[in-house]
Amino acid sequence: MIAAVQAVAMITVGVFGALVVVTRDPVRQAVVMGMFGTSLAVLFLVLQAPDVALSQIVVGVAYPLMVLLTLEKVRERKR
Amino acid sequence: MSVRTRLALFGVGAAAALALVVWGLSGIPGFGHYGGSYGYVLNRVALPERHATNVVASVVFDYRGFDTVGEEFILFVSVMAVSLLLRIQRDERERPPRDRAAERTLAGTSDAVRVAGVGLIGPAVLIGLYIVAHGHTTPGGGFQGGAILAAAPMLIYLVGRYLTFRRLNPIHALDVGEGAGAGGFVVVGLIGLVAGIAFLDNIWPKGQPGSVFSAGTLPVLNVSVGLEVGAGLVLILFEFLEQTLMVRGR
Repeated sequence: MIAAVQAVAMITVGVFGALVVVTRDPVRQAVVMGMFGTSLAVLFLVLQAPDVALSQIVVGVAYPLMVLLTLEKVRERKR
Repeated sequence: MSVRTRLALFGVGAAAALALVVWGLSGIPGFGHYGGSYGYVLNRVALPERHATNVVASVVFDYRGFDTVGEEFILFVSVMAVSLLLRIQRDERERPPRDRAAERTLAGTSDAVRVAGVGLIGPAVLIGLYIVAHGHTTPGGGFQGGAILAAAPMLIYLVGRYLTFRRLNPIHALDVGEGAGAGGFVVVGLIGLVAGIAFLDNIWPKGQPGSVFSAGTLPVLNVSVGLEVGAGLVLILFEFLEQTLMVRGR
């Protein structure tokens, strides 16, 4: 049972990781990156590392936010 | 080089790479099984030697502690570089943030988000402190706990406004926390040298295994790293927010 849950979590991480790479628009990519981060947090949880899962949620929120802030700054420079 | 030749070359390379990957994957131990001996040795000696029930923590902060000093300084240097690159340049001025989507009607932060966010700030701080303080007894430690602690200021930004976030995060205090956290690790290491033994050698009183005050230097190093990681993450976010919302070129 737990092996099946772990397998599903790993495959989800693989799928979202591939989606991040094939997404071309950086704004959309930041959103997909957030989903990838969430899937990683789930994987850490099912691999019995709840502490790492919690910190992954924080990092997974902060990183796409930084990408979005950077994009906003770059666009403003272009205007 | 024609397309045909290039494709042929790629085909040979891809086939060779695939063969190597398959060969490599066929030899790895089963999931959850371990092929080495180092882990078994540590499982046997870590608890009697270091009185730390979390063997991972005794590897990271003690047996292999010198590497962790380097890892900690990678984060420290990254935060310094971000602060340095995003400082206000000569041709830039800081201005209060303004609404740059005034023409669009966007829904504000909903009451549900505000209530849930405010309610989560306390638990984030408490869980973060717990994970830092118990890093040597249960899974956790300074790196994970520090990141969780950084969630509290982020929640303040989520439920409030940027100016609230700015007022509640005194940047000078964060700078001090970041530096003290990074430096504290080295100071603990140097105490070993002053005592006439190796850098980071764990000669502190070990206490009762499983209690908060045990495992010698491990809890002290965890607190130091937790301070550094928590302050570092908030500082990076702070610099990005400041740069995008406040700083304008002339």
